[in-house]
Amino acid sequence: MTQAPDVPAGGPPPAPDVPARERLLEITGLTKVYGTVRANDDISLHVDRGEIVALLGENGAGKSTLVKQVFGLVSPDAGTIVVGGDPARIQDPTDAIRRGIGMVHQHFQLVPVMTVAENVILGHEPVKGLGLDLAAARRLVRDISQRHGLAVDPDARIEDLPVGTQQRVEIIKALSREVKLLILDEPTAVLTPQETDELLQVMRELAQRGTSIVFITHKLREVLAVADRVYVLRRGAVVGEVAARDTDTAGLAQLMVGRSVVLRVDKGAPKLGETVLDVADLHVRDDRRLPAVDGFTLSVREGEIVGVAGVEGNGQRELVEAIAGMRRSESGTLSLLGQDITRADPGQTHRAGMGHIPENREVHGLVGTFSIADNLVLNRYDEDAFANGFVRDRAAIRANAQRWIEEFDIRTPSGDLPAGSLSGGNKQKVVVAREMSARPRLLLAAQPTRGVDVGSIEFIHRRIVEARDAGAAVLLVSAELDEILSLADRVAVIHAGKVVAELDPATADRTEIGRLMAGGGHD
Amino acid sequence: MTAHSPATDGRGAALGAFVRANRVMLLIVGTFLVAAYVWYALDATKATSILRFAWTFSIPLVLGALTGVVGERSGIVNIGIEGQMLASAFAGFFTAAATGSVWIGLLAGMLTGLVMGAFLAWVAVKFQMDQIIAGVVLNIVATGVTSFYYVQGKSLPAAMPVFEIPLLSSIPLIGPVFFRGGIIAFFTLLAVAGLAYALFRTRWGLRTRAIGEYPTAADTAGIDVNRMRLVNTTLAGLLAGAAGVYLSMEQTSTFERGMSAGKGFLALAIMIFGAWFPGRALAAALFFGLTAGIASQLQADRVVAIPQQFVNLLPYVLTLVVLAVAAGRVRAPAAEGTPFVKGEGS
Repeated sequence: MTQAPDVPAGGPPPAPDVPARERLLEITGLTKVYGTVRANDDISLHVDRGEIVALLGENGAGKSTLVKQVFGLVSPDAGTIVVGGDPARIQDPTDAIRRGIGMVHQHFQLVPVMTVAENVILGHEPVKGLGLDLAAARRLVRDISQRHGLAVDPDARIEDLPVGTQQRVEIIKALSREVKLLILDEPTAVLTPQETDELLQVMRELAQRGTSIVFITHKLREVLAVADRVYVLRRGAVVGEVAARDTDTAGLAQLMVGRSVVLRVDKGAPKLGETVLDVADLHVRDDRRLPAVDGFTLSVREGEIVGVAGVEGNGQRELVEAIAGMRRSESGTLSLLGQDITRADPGQTHRAGMGHIPENREVHGLVGTFSIADNLVLNRYDEDAFANGFVRDRAAIRANAQRWIEEFDIRTPSGDLPAGSLSGGNKQKVVVAREMSARPRLLLAAQPTRGVDVGSIEFIHRRIVEARDAGAAVLLVSAELDEILSLADRVAVIHAGKVVAELDPATADRTEIGRLMAGGGHD
Repeated sequence: MTAHSPATDGRGAALGAFVRANRVMLLIVGTFLVAAYVWYALDATKATSILRFAWTFSIPLVLGALTGVVGERSGIVNIGIEGQMLASAFAGFFTAAATGSVWIGLLAGMLTGLVMGAFLAWVAVKFQMDQIIAGVVLNIVATGVTSFYYVQGKSLPAAMPVFEIPLLSSIPLIGPVFFRGGIIAFFTLLAVAGLAYALFRTRWGLRTRAIGEYPTAADTAGIDVNRMRLVNTTLAGLLAGAAGVYLSMEQTSTFERGMSAGKGFLALAIMIFGAWFPGRALAAALFFGLTAGIASQLQADRVVAIPQQFVNLLPYVLTLVVLAVAAGRVRAPAAEGTPFVKGEGS
């Protein structure tokens, strides 16, 4: 090692036996289209032997789609993927594995009821006579775990292991196939900080032994700690390529959220009224029981749009869920129009005057198998307008659907079709239409245009501004800085679960916001 | 004890693990064996006859349960076993009668099970049809076809031959019951042992369990999930076919309308009671058989004065009780009944 151990940026130098600049993976013009969304748009990139390359970008930027194509799980619409000089199309995972590609998926691909050894050998089982050679399987696991410092018991059942260990099993599984290129899809999303540090260490060692690593993340710290080079993806395209040693968190944050303002929204000055939402010193834990929202304070008034800007994973999701009543807060208070909603459930917050466009429309926004008409009254089906006592008023529900389908230009032949049959943009319009149709006093919009085509984005933006002009308070949480800067009247920058700055979007400097999003002062 | 050689140590540990994992089962089997031989000492004829009744009763149930085990372990729910049995009983009997060969009949019956298994697998895998509905289709078709084409007055050209394994068949009590019988009886014993080994000790078994538990994991490991489901469910049809042939050719020598009489469903209950393990399914089936056998003997001896109908009801009532107790304690393969579509997993 020639590098000083205290330099965080830049990966390890190539080991002496590895010839420099040997190209392992070369992707040219890769394109994948789902419906109207270009998940990957003319992506070109390359990975050298023994190199750690980070793919950085927000959710929905197309990172997973990209690596799934490399692993043969999704076939590209256009473009080529050349692995180790072989330009033949990667047919399926078997083909990818054969060519030395291994992948650790975001959702672990481990059979929970089986042992570590059984999972590792699955698909390339050693046999002795008729039966499995489980002794050889155990030996294989032990060898790899010793060689790479990945401690794990080959006979433990997967479901009994903590996630960090399960991930180690995934890595062992990939290594057992002699990988040349290891793809890690959001490997740290489920890990504790200690487990993350261990993983980064393992990645460094693997790269030193000549394994190339592509890893997907949206965490800047990890990129700088371990990667040699970084590709930044936005809306399906590569928007930047930098050597990790030539950049810092602020530079990366800026690349991630973009610098070109494409979307302009016409809006007048806000007409401020009384305070609608008041969040005071809120603390919320995430699914792993770690603090996610950590003393968040913010208020939103009638007639204004307040944007919460930040790098994903800084507590935005937990904040939104807490306000909407979907997640219990640990401490602090929430009030809506002076009414305490700290302990309210989603039904209560809805009745108190909140409209919520959830971040994940498939899970929290719609019931895909219900009709569009039913989805449009999903939280109001029991109100007098849509029911006569116990009996639903089908005519009213249908008339309501007709009205909103027209008004929101939802592209569908009929409101009776299942909502799941719509495209992403139209699904989102159903959600937005429903939440707006109740004329909310507070509109809580989380990533309202994620994975949505450009036409729908403009439309949804216009609607949000109209709601504000009609006197609603809007809290907009978005990973797209462009979206926040073009819509918001006031921007709150969130980092590590709290507001680190409040800015006026008209005068705010992107570089400054990027720096704040990345954790502020030092740089 | 410190002077173990490494080899015996390893084997001892494996045996210890086996005992620990199957404690309850071993306890039940042990208790049963002791009780059986006590009874045998008291009344050899009666004990043997009850055990033979139990085994005869169990054979189609075990075969049916194994059909279910193979299907569900691969992720395909098969509730059409009843139909597979009935149609195979029909095909076996009438083919034998028409061709004059019980062996051709046996083959025809088993192939009928295979073809119906293939149908189920095909619509479930290729068209992602609801597997429950597909199974119901099999049952309805089997009932309809076998009733419609049923003719009276046919008989088997010959009885199915009875085999005997020397030495083993002279073991008191269990010898004449388990080691003397028709070809399907022996096939059942082999199928239980073979599948118990294959599912947990072979490459095929590991892959089969993987596609039934977590197909995307198998897929990313390079296993063709749908092809394997197709093949497994099809081949499992042979077992259900053998069960059907047993009903019309080995247990009896006649075909009657609706002669499967719910045994295919009982087999599913036994599969669940046996927690999707072949060996435990055998034990569960024998437990059902013994209960029915003992009740029937008590009734015949006039020990208890209950009408025959209630005795015949016993297996079904027992099914209800057993399922109520077993459900929640056992865990089905996680992906059973769910079609696998590539690329939708993660």
